[in-house]
Amino acid sequence: MIEVIEVSKSFNVGKVNQFDAVSRVSCRIAPGELTILKGPSGSGKTTLMTLIGCMARPSSGRIVLSGIGAGSLFGQQPDAEIEITSLPERFLTGIRRSAFGFIFQQFNLVRGISVLENVMLPAYPTGVNHKVLRERALTLLETFNIARHASSQVGLLSGGEMQRVAIARALINDPSVIIADEPTAHLDSRLSREFMALIEGFKSAGKTVLIASHDPIVFDSPLADQVIEMRDGALIDGSRP
Amino acid sequence: MNRSLQRHLNILDFALSSLWRRKGKNLALLAVYTLIIFIIASIVFFTQALKREADLVLQDAPDLVVQRMVAGRHDPIPVSYGTGIAAIRGVSEVTPRFWGYYYDPVTGANFTLVASDDQELKPEAISIGSGVARTSRISIGDFLPLKDIKGSPVLFSVQKIFPSSSELVAADLIQLRQEDFQRLFDFPAGRATDLAVSAGNPAELETIAAKIVHDFPDTRPILKSEMIRTYDSVFDWRSGMVLVVLAVAVLSFIIFAWDKATGLSAEEKKEIGILKSIGWETTDVLLLKSWEGIVISLSAFLFGVSLGYLHVFFFSASLFEHALKGWSVLYPEFKLTPVIDPYLICLLFLLSVGPYVAATVVPSWLAATVDPDAAMRS
Ligand SMILES: Nc1ncnc2c1ncn2[C@@H]1O[C@H](COP(=O)(O)OP(=O)(O)OP(=O)(O)O)[C@@H](O)[C@H]1O
Ligand SMILES: [Mg+2]
Repeated sequence: MIEVIEVSKSFNVGKVNQFDAVSRVSCRIAPGELTILKGPSGSGKTTLMTLIGCMARPSSGRIVLSGIGAGSLFGQQPDAEIEITSLPERFLTGIRRSAFGFIFQQFNLVRGISVLENVMLPAYPTGVNHKVLRERALTLLETFNIARHASSQVGLLSGGEMQRVAIARALINDPSVIIADEPTAHLDSRLSREFMALIEGFKSAGKTVLIASHDPIVFDSPLADQVIEMRDGALIDGSRP
Repeated sequence: MNRSLQRHLNILDFALSSLWRRKGKNLALLAVYTLIIFIIASIVFFTQALKREADLVLQDAPDLVVQRMVAGRHDPIPVSYGTGIAAIRGVSEVTPRFWGYYYDPVTGANFTLVASDDQELKPEAISIGSGVARTSRISIGDFLPLKDIKGSPVLFSVQKIFPSSSELVAADLIQLRQEDFQRLFDFPAGRATDLAVSAGNPAELETIAAKIVHDFPDTRPILKSEMIRTYDSVFDWRSGMVLVVLAVAVLSFIIFAWDKATGLSAEEKKEIGILKSIGWETTDVLLLKSWEGIVISLSAFLFGVSLGYLHVFFFSASLFEHALKGWSVLYPEFKLTPVIDPYLICLLFLLSVGPYVAATVVPSWLAATVDPDAAMRS
């Protein structure tokens, strides 16, 4: 469960160009469900996701994670409740690494190294055995049908292939929450539907999924358990189809 | 396996593949840095080896040598002075020495001819240093023609070649009997090149030297301790070190500046952002960059030092022999005996690896302190 309580995020606080990207947002994201964040450009979707994903700290409000296996980082039960807003950066990184898998809009793959290495990259600092890691990465690449590109350089892949590499990379640490920012922005509608099919797979594997999108293929999908709409940093409506 | 060790291995693995990815830039860096360390290591090895040779020369030198000066020039000394000097209190022995230089026009080398009191040395026979043997391409049983004062060649048979711990000491040495020496150079009878004086108590040497000048005003006594001082100022260990430290510091700085100038590219910065966004901590990024720096500087250090070693001890420091030893042009070929001062090598190691790693890590550090969410908006 991810609980967002009255969360705000302002940039350039105290300066003339202070900007409230997210203001007093509250919502709940239940485990194993697909939540869609929808809204026009600049409404604060990406910002809210960086807050939930422990990439940035809210200016005010609280975010509480439970049941995502991050408790063990603090010597507690794996599914214990953790209030992430007050944690030091080191712990945030730890949670981010173990509990969240990110799929970025621009894919953010490292150029010049192989597909396989890109997929393995997030796990390097965790100290997993290199061989084990390699096996795990290859299995993921097979799952997403790009194993034959394992040793290709990412720069040579097509957009759809790059996205599948990015998805494999997001899953390498076996996170319980997957966060995807505009995942279909660079895909045609056929690839977008294929992407939603992959999401269905994640759901049936019990993963919590959070997607920001203004693509109808995504937010009108019957898979969505909850669609949260944002405008100017605030929630319009939290609805369950 | 231990997790933190595995973390290092994983990150090292990625560091290597990152280096390989930018092989053009990194190989160029490696080459320049290796060259710099090669030059410095060569200087260190070379001066250390020369210093050792000099120490060996001095080890065998007499405590006190008395020369005669005529019009400010070194002149053969009457052997009879020896009797007077031997009478000075504290002097235990006075030995006349006969030696000189011989220029060999065939090989273009200068030999040092020394009269030996070795009883086994036969008339018209010589013992030679390995450098002489190499330069003149002769071995035992062969003949070496030496021109006498009138220009007519005298054949000397090689009876022995010195095995030597110090090439420099024995390299240009030719020993022959005293009569042969005197005949070859038509050396004035009753004179010697100089007198070697030894004292029962070395502490009295300075008093003895003063007494000699007093009794024989036309002589100049030279103390071994003075020679050591002269040599030391030439090979001064500390000034050598200062040179090394300075050179490394300056050159590391040049590398650093160059590296800075080529800079952390936008691509590298973006990559650091990506690493942070996929869950790398700042310390992980720094570890990666340190490994990159260590791999380059350590390889440069190892290559540079090995090449320097080969250059000095196998190729006789051919690149700057002439610059460092002015007299070497007229000297027989010789090979230096390898000497390694572990202290200087450690110093060189620290000074070559340290600044370089710092130079690679610091700019990355600045880039790595970005917020991980920056990658969400690239
Ligand atoms: N670091 C920052 N400094 C200042 N303003 C920022 C910063 N990051 C985001 N913003 C602003 O916050 C607002 C919300 O940005 P955000 O990226 O969350 O929107 P979004 O809903 O994801 O938009 P899009 O659909 O275009 O991706 C934008 O107006 C943006 O300019
Ligand atoms: Mg966005």
